[in-house]
Amino acid sequence: MPTVDLASSPIRDLNRVLHNLPENTNETSWTVLNPAGQHSIAVGVDAPIDIEIDGHVGYYCAGMNKFAEITINGNAGVGLAENMMSGLVRVKGDASQAAGATGQGGLLVIEGNAAARCGISMKGIDIVVKGSIGPMSAFMAQAGSLIVLGDAGEALGDSIYEARLFVRGKVKSLGADCEEKVIGDEERTILSDVLRRAGVDVPTDGFRLYGSARRLYHFHIDNAY
Amino acid sequence: MCGIVGLFLKDHALEPRLGGMLGNMLEVMTDRGPDSTGFAIYSGDTNLNFKFTVRGKNLEGLQDALSKELGVSVGAIARDTHMVLSFPQTMADQARSWLAAERPDVAVIGGGHRIELYKEVGLPAEVVRRFDLPHMAGTHGIGHTRMATESAVTTAGAHPFSAGADQCLVHNGSLSNHRSVRRNLEREGLTFTTDNDSEVAAGFVTWRMREGDSLVKALESSLENLDGFYTFVVGTENGFAVLRDPISCKPAVMAETDQYVAFGTEYRALVGLPGIEKARIFEPEPARVYAWERH
Repeated sequence: MPTVDLASSPIRDLNRVLHNLPENTNETSWTVLNPAGQHSIAVGVDAPIDIEIDGHVGYYCAGMNKFAEITINGNAGVGLAENMMSGLVRVKGDASQAAGATGQGGLLVIEGNAAARCGISMKGIDIVVKGSIGPMSAFMAQAGSLIVLGDAGEALGDSIYEARLFVRGKVKSLGADCEEKVIGDEERTILSDVLRRAGVDVPTDGFRLYGSARRLYHFHIDNAY
Repeated sequence: MCGIVGLFLKDHALEPRLGGMLGNMLEVMTDRGPDSTGFAIYSGDTNLNFKFTVRGKNLEGLQDALSKELGVSVGAIARDTHMVLSFPQTMADQARSWLAAERPDVAVIGGGHRIELYKEVGLPAEVVRRFDLPHMAGTHGIGHTRMATESAVTTAGAHPFSAGADQCLVHNGSLSNHRSVRRNLEREGLTFTTDNDSEVAAGFVTWRMREGDSLVKALESSLENLDGFYTFVVGTENGFAVLRDPISCKPAVMAETDQYVAFGTEYRALVGLPGIEKARIFEPEPARVYAWERH
């Protein structure tokens, strides 16, 4: 059970050690102390290990994560779990802007609120937010599910390609080409599956689904300036 | 880039430590703004005098010459390239005219009952040390580390900018319509000393308040009139306010406890504050004015 104290050890050393772990490592449970809002903590991890970070983290924490389960006992700065490939990232507090940006896979759970542009350009990641999300979330989202137990800010799903946006609370406004959809059996199964993986026990019937109206897929002369 | 820090004390017991806390916050923001550093401190004393913070290469003899001109004993505290001159408020216009006419080499960078303003080119740690910020006391203060984009790296282009008595503004971002706003403000009688976009923002807020707007209303009005991206932190004699542009282009985080309200471009800047572990930490929402006033 290695413990790394960032008050006395540089981030680069931590990340180097994590990057060098073999796939079958026996050191599967890591604790990181005193993050103090520093950036790039536990980025690029590529091993099936657990990492618990005790405190608030800065930018890009858990970015590019593959296989690891990373828990943050605090808040996270900009770009939490950006470009995640697989694994699980859970933040116990709030997440700043662009949480889960461009994520390709895995699950991001935000127990507090997420700020603007949550899930921007998401490409297959699943994101569960227990609180509310800020404006311009799921901008240009391409695949995956964004599930929000609270409210969504302005311009939700602007220029969305394909992704499922489940919101239980109010949506301030929808962005261009984003529209409400009927929740079918397939979507309900996906919703309950992601909620189950996130350990969030709420009924699925309180949600509304938003997705792409697919009117921006092809060039249309009326959209040109 | 650029880094902003702000600290507004609710607990009077912390006032002697204001400069020390603000200085530490500025140093953490070094890698966001290594070009220049500046800060405004609102002193806690209830001095009835009016203060000018002036900057110049040769400030020797300035106190005596101004005392002679005003016919009173002008107070002066020298700190490196800056000097704080104090005199009765009724003499503020006379002092300003005299300085403009007789000492064009001296720049008046701020004035008011409580504000003192310092800025220089250089790394935060060095600027903080040169002005001895850790030993300054006060009720609130704001600071800025600059990575220049819209105008040259000069002391004059460093933040904060002050366009009215006891008012100042720091800015992280860049305004796209500052030229046209500047022309409108010049027609309203405001003057500008640099090509800097942030000086225009300071002027705009001052103009709105001069026209009767509250601090909150003045900032709401800037949402309609200033185009570009920005996070502003504004100080007034008794107040402290924060505004982010409608798409929250620039990062910002705040912490509030029973003792203080603190602003940082990044959370890192707030880590050293007392009781931060239990503070309410939040990200200010875009296009919403947050303001605090001392009573």
